[in-house]
Amino acid sequence: MNGYGNSNLDGPLHGPMGGRRQTTMLSRVADSLYWMSRYLERAEHTARLIDVDFELRLDQSPEAGSGRWRRLLESLHAPIPEDGKIDATTLTHILTLDKTNSSSIISCVTAARENLRQVREQCSSAMWEQLNRLYLHVNSTMAGEAWLLHSYVFFRAVRDGAHLFHGVTDSTMSHGEGWQYIQLGRFVERTDAVARLIGAHLGRLPHSVENSLDNSYAISMDQAVESEEYLEWVGLLKSCAAFEAYCKKYTAELRPLRVAEFLLLNPEFPHSVRFSVDKVHTALQAIAELTERKAEQPVRLAGRLRASLSFSQIDEVMTSGASAFVDSVRQQCGQAHAAIHHIYFDYPVESALA
Amino acid sequence: MRPLDITEPARALFRPPFRNYQFDGAYDEMFEAPGVPRPHYQALFQTLLGLPAEEMRKSQQAADLSFLHQGITFTVYGNEEGTERVFPNDLLPRIIPNQEWRKIESGLTQRIAALNLFLEDVYHGGRILADGVVPRELVYSCRHYRREMRNLSVPRGIYVSICGTDLVRLPDGSFAVLEDNLRVPSGVSYMLANRKVLKKVFPTLFRDYGVCPVDHYAQALLGTLRALSPASSTTRHEPTVVLLTPGVFNSAYFEHTFLAQQMGIELVEGRDLLVHDNVVYMRTTAGLKRVDVIYRRVDDDFLDPLCFRRDSNLGVPGLFNAYRAGSVVMANAVGTGIADDKAIYAYVPAIIRYYLDEDPILPNIPTYLLTDPSQRSYVLENLEQLVVKAVGESGGYGMLIGPHSTAEQRNEFRGRIQAEPRNYIAQPTLLLSRAPCFLEGEAQARHVDLRPYILYGEHVTLVPGGLTRVALRRGSLVVNSSQGGGSKDTWVLRA
Repeated sequence: MNGYGNSNLDGPLHGPMGGRRQTTMLSRVADSLYWMSRYLERAEHTARLIDVDFELRLDQSPEAGSGRWRRLLESLHAPIPEDGKIDATTLTHILTLDKTNSSSIISCVTAARENLRQVREQCSSAMWEQLNRLYLHVNSTMAGEAWLLHSYVFFRAVRDGAHLFHGVTDSTMSHGEGWQYIQLGRFVERTDAVARLIGAHLGRLPHSVENSLDNSYAISMDQAVESEEYLEWVGLLKSCAAFEAYCKKYTAELRPLRVAEFLLLNPEFPHSVRFSVDKVHTALQAIAELTERKAEQPVRLAGRLRASLSFSQIDEVMTSGASAFVDSVRQQCGQAHAAIHHIYFDYPVESALA
Repeated sequence: MRPLDITEPARALFRPPFRNYQFDGAYDEMFEAPGVPRPHYQALFQTLLGLPAEEMRKSQQAADLSFLHQGITFTVYGNEEGTERVFPNDLLPRIIPNQEWRKIESGLTQRIAALNLFLEDVYHGGRILADGVVPRELVYSCRHYRREMRNLSVPRGIYVSICGTDLVRLPDGSFAVLEDNLRVPSGVSYMLANRKVLKKVFPTLFRDYGVCPVDHYAQALLGTLRALSPASSTTRHEPTVVLLTPGVFNSAYFEHTFLAQQMGIELVEGRDLLVHDNVVYMRTTAGLKRVDVIYRRVDDDFLDPLCFRRDSNLGVPGLFNAYRAGSVVMANAVGTGIADDKAIYAYVPAIIRYYLDEDPILPNIPTYLLTDPSQRSYVLENLEQLVVKAVGESGGYGMLIGPHSTAEQRNEFRGRIQAEPRNYIAQPTLLLSRAPCFLEGEAQARHVDLRPYILYGEHVTLVPGGLTRVALRRGSLVVNSSQGGGSKDTWVLRA
């Protein structure tokens, strides 16, 4: 007897013979795992950025610093103080322990934990404990002069906490659909954050190729940078945890073109845009497979972006406008995000019942 | 282990950690006389005498920290918004000999059977009402009576499949039922968490004692829920069981996640479910999936805004219609609150006799019904000796403990009782039994109760033990977690 009534929801998926799909994942759960992972990645990214900034500040003139702080706040979607005055203390406060700033570390870690708390039966207890521990640590931190001086300990703890969480996740959670959403969230966030950072960095340069008629710009991009500039480019690499990896590949000679190539197009470095997009695409393919929705929009969008990054060359990118390229990457990433939301998390019921 | 020299019992009592241990008229779980432990507590007593307080304190800290890190918390209402608190856990186990447990088990089995028959009767023919055993007006005036359940048959005729009954031990050593929790009883996760901790703290003692395991609770619960699944689904596929939670802000949210995880079922919120053509589906990433059994931890009132409270955001529109159509099962059934109404409680012994033709194995606590004028006037005159409870409340809310109350509080309750006599009952103030707890670096006596968990599916299952709740404040008689209570592990011995 078939108790399904007259709706045609009952494909082989749930039928007696349809044992292929072993697990069920609630849309809300997928949504929470995805956002938990995005928030955690955001916290880690912010922690690294401030930490790097803290270090650079020691070697730089105050003027050079304050310009970077503005970019930093912009690239992190953080509010810029109304009077426009930014100093090291306010900057650090806004980005770390300011609960009114939704992109501060404390807000991100809290949001990540809140998301995981809502689905904690989906993750392993070890994962929950790890994130809860990080949350308790961040929330018990008291800001103050002494803390500010030794804030690197705090940033380190945030980064370690996030790394530990992902390590625990990878080794204690089934690499099934839920794990794929965690991957997805992490790398969507990373793609966007790294692209935004590169964008903010390129926008800073006095000449952009759009308004230079000769190729002197291209040539200057392929020369080693010096002094203050050098520090800025080191800062960019370190903000993506990429300095050492870059040196391994290109030696310590910093050429803007190479830095851009490394951060945008390198297929092996985990914080490059291309690497992140590859991961996004892989996760989406796995999800499409598991949910048996192979021809859906998200995979297609991510696949297209992946292809464009795989086959782009840095010279072309630079000639046709690096900022525009970065913007387009971010835009496509945003489209993929919207499609994921629309297909897996919040689909109209009419379409599911049709 | 060297046997204790019982010719000098008093001397042992002066040794730590029992130096300040208090005795009064209450039954002491550990000692039969000052300094003389009951036989089943002997080994624990000896262990404690040989254990440095420092070590116990360290174990306690480790346990507290592990509860905090695991997020084993509950939410306190009426406090700051969403305050998460660790549920205090005491390390000294409460030990129950097998023979005593067997009596509890048979008493509770009898009780759940009778209460289910009562519910079925009340929502169908109403035999018991026609025969005048339970007053009709008492049932129909109950806030938890659901007219919508009239003549609706539930699978196997089981209304209450998950029950947590509160037992207390009286000064004479006998157990009595204090109240039945037939709606959405909670606390079972703490029973399991406490056990996990105690196994780490006293591994040898635990093994030597021969304690009945409780770890199979989740599996038994799942089996019970599956047994309720509509017949058609057994031919279709394994029934899909879900746990419906009000969400992350509910005080028992930890428990919901814990049970869902242990059973391997989906934890859903109202917004994850939808009803189409009287069939309940959950929204999954792969599309809609049909739901067969809902273990709901949402109160009746909030289940379905189309049928019950319209302002509920926690429920699922159309759920009750699907339930009436029989395409989905809910456990517990809707409307079971009448049977744990504290005024109906007074009739449970009569209910047992009426349906089962047996004498109740576990007695009730004497209860004054305030709808009766003579009982009411007695209660109003003796408020300072009695406990007054609101009939439909649980969790220690809406209660007056006469001996610990102020004149002002008594006046307030006097007014409330006169205004709504049906809404309150009174009971004598009970001297709950006491058990040693490790507090402030030593063993101190605190009042305890016992909440065993009863499952009723294909048959009745009790995991041996339950949650022993402790009134952690000195002299307090209130064990509810929301009122400063804690809990301890309960060891039912194999032999």
